[in-house]
Amino acid sequence: MTDFDLTVLLASIAAGAAPIVLAVLGETISEKGGVINLSLDGSILLSAMVSFAIAYQSNNLFLGFAGGALVGAMTAAVVGFFSVFLGLSQVAVGFVLTLTARDLAYFLGNPYARLYGPQTGLLPIPWLHDIPVLGPIFFNQSFPAYLSLLLIPFVWWYLYKTPMGLRLRAIGENPEAAYARGTNTRTIQFWYTVAGGLLVGLAGATFSLCTKTGWGRPQGAEGTGWIALAIVIFGGWHPVKTALGAYLFAFLQIMGIHFQGWWPSVPAQVFQVAPFPLMIFTLIVMYLAQRSSARTSSRGSPWLRGMVRILSGSAPAGLGRSFKPE
Amino acid sequence: MGLFPENSRPREFLLKAVFIAGGVFCLTSLVLLVAGAPPWPAFYHLFVGALGSWSKLAQVLMVWIPLTLCACGLIYSFRIGLWNIGVEGQVVAGAIASTAVLRFGVESGSASLVLAMAFAAGILGGSLWAILAGFLKTKGGVNEIFGGLGLNFVAQGITLWLIFGPWKRPGVGSMSGTELFPESLWLPTFLSGRLSPVGLVVTVLALGVAAWVLNRTRLGLALKGIGSNTRAAYLHGLNPNTYFIIAMGMAGGCAGLAGAFQVTGVYHRLIPVISSNYGYLALLVVMLANYRVWGSPWIAFFFACLNVGSIQLPIVLKLDSSLSGIIQGALVLTTLLVYGLRRKTKGEERPA
Repeated sequence: MTDFDLTVLLASIAAGAAPIVLAVLGETISEKGGVINLSLDGSILLSAMVSFAIAYQSNNLFLGFAGGALVGAMTAAVVGFFSVFLGLSQVAVGFVLTLTARDLAYFLGNPYARLYGPQTGLLPIPWLHDIPVLGPIFFNQSFPAYLSLLLIPFVWWYLYKTPMGLRLRAIGENPEAAYARGTNTRTIQFWYTVAGGLLVGLAGATFSLCTKTGWGRPQGAEGTGWIALAIVIFGGWHPVKTALGAYLFAFLQIMGIHFQGWWPSVPAQVFQVAPFPLMIFTLIVMYLAQRSSARTSSRGSPWLRGMVRILSGSAPAGLGRSFKPE
Repeated sequence: MGLFPENSRPREFLLKAVFIAGGVFCLTSLVLLVAGAPPWPAFYHLFVGALGSWSKLAQVLMVWIPLTLCACGLIYSFRIGLWNIGVEGQVVAGAIASTAVLRFGVESGSASLVLAMAFAAGILGGSLWAILAGFLKTKGGVNEIFGGLGLNFVAQGITLWLIFGPWKRPGVGSMSGTELFPESLWLPTFLSGRLSPVGLVVTVLALGVAAWVLNRTRLGLALKGIGSNTRAAYLHGLNPNTYFIIAMGMAGGCAGLAGAFQVTGVYHRLIPVISSNYGYLALLVVMLANYRVWGSPWIAFFFACLNVGSIQLPIVLKLDSSLSGIIQGALVLTTLLVYGLRRKTKGEERPA
């Protein structure tokens, strides 16, 4: 890689991050309501497989995406039912589902492995894609990339500017209080978990129909779900910040490919795992930034203060707890 | 939850067992029908593939050993309330450490000494890798699930780097792993060279130690106390962070032992998939065993049967071998469902 075009890089980040953005937004929604959907990794793979199979059979991309979304929503519904209505450990249910959904995807997807199927193309927006730098980045993308870009402000607006969003956050912070105020806590938690799963399913569909097209064992999306879960923490459960985390991760992945060209002696697999220790590192930095000592020592410098403020963010207080109405 | 709940009446247990078995059977058959495969032959080949001959049984036991060791370790970390998802990476770390010792000891004369050292190194390697995850939690505020997972991927990366880099076979490195060790450094085996008695003895010993430590010692009591109520245990004078590290160290030691066993007894070299997903599978085993020591080996045996039985599915029926994973997952999900429904209807107040 000798010539290094920033516009091309940014455009490929916006395209490559699309599924991760969709997944982290979905997970943010369900965690805001207090439910951890740990099944992300398997659920992404299963929906990727289903949407590829549907798109391949019907030769219809829309049906493929719809099928993927449905599978994601159904997996989330299982998590929701077990944890919200039966009061079982969210982590346990999610973990089992992650493994099972992955095996299910490999098992049922066997006949579809290594086939050439339909995939989304670029949809340049008339007029706008001619703008010099912004055009290629924002207005010459595929359908999932547009969707991810539009959903970031929408989810933010929904969570922070609408009464429904306020109610959801109230449930995530203090389900007992929300229940006492007359909110139907468990039903709402369940449906937002399903809605989050819908986005996760779309993320899976984006993988197999857009960014890593096709199906196989391995598909190439393995591990993304876990990364998405970590990014939600990294972004402090804030939709815009988690989305930025997703873009950062996509950037790291793309840089990994570039580094590979620079040091050919190091095996490719090493670069594929490189983002994971970086993710741990950022989680540590975030934790340290939240400590009160970091807040007091950064007071002198506006730069540091800003950094600490951006990095801090706390989990919904009711996260991971099953609420039982009396 | 679990297949062996405490103080349940025999009739109720039987009813639940029938319900769970029926649920698993229906779910699996459904999946098979969706895949366009006839269910009966699939179940038949699963069974014959696992228990059809003595040599198959030996193969099952060879899977049982690492699986039970991992499950055994997980009971320590579950007892204190930690979700040690990094057990997979701890197996890998143990395998790497014991490979390092074996490579170093190839020239030396005493094979049994080198093997013993390799096992010790495996325990140490797994233990250190787990303690790293423990420190990430206590000092770095990284939840053990994410720290452990990240470390799993890192361990995987290190393995690949070693296989393609410093430890590559003479000539060119390949996915088939490092150079085979001389046969003097293989664990002795019987039953057509497939089963290692040392591995069996070590596994049973590890189970015994876990049962003794967790149920009969102060350490076990402390782990249980912190696991059930961290705040109360802290007020009682127990430092949770210290015990988190101890529990992780014990868990990682068992997992590292499994890794050392994979290297010395099964593959006789380091391969990229040395852990074979046994770490993740062991989490399911322990959940089904109700987080208790003496439930785990039986469930691990059943899981090992499924794993070995499914190996020949791609050849015989053109089905993917992940069917075993589907059955295992369906089993845990159905058990969770039965447990959850029962708790809901009876209004029991035991935490999950």
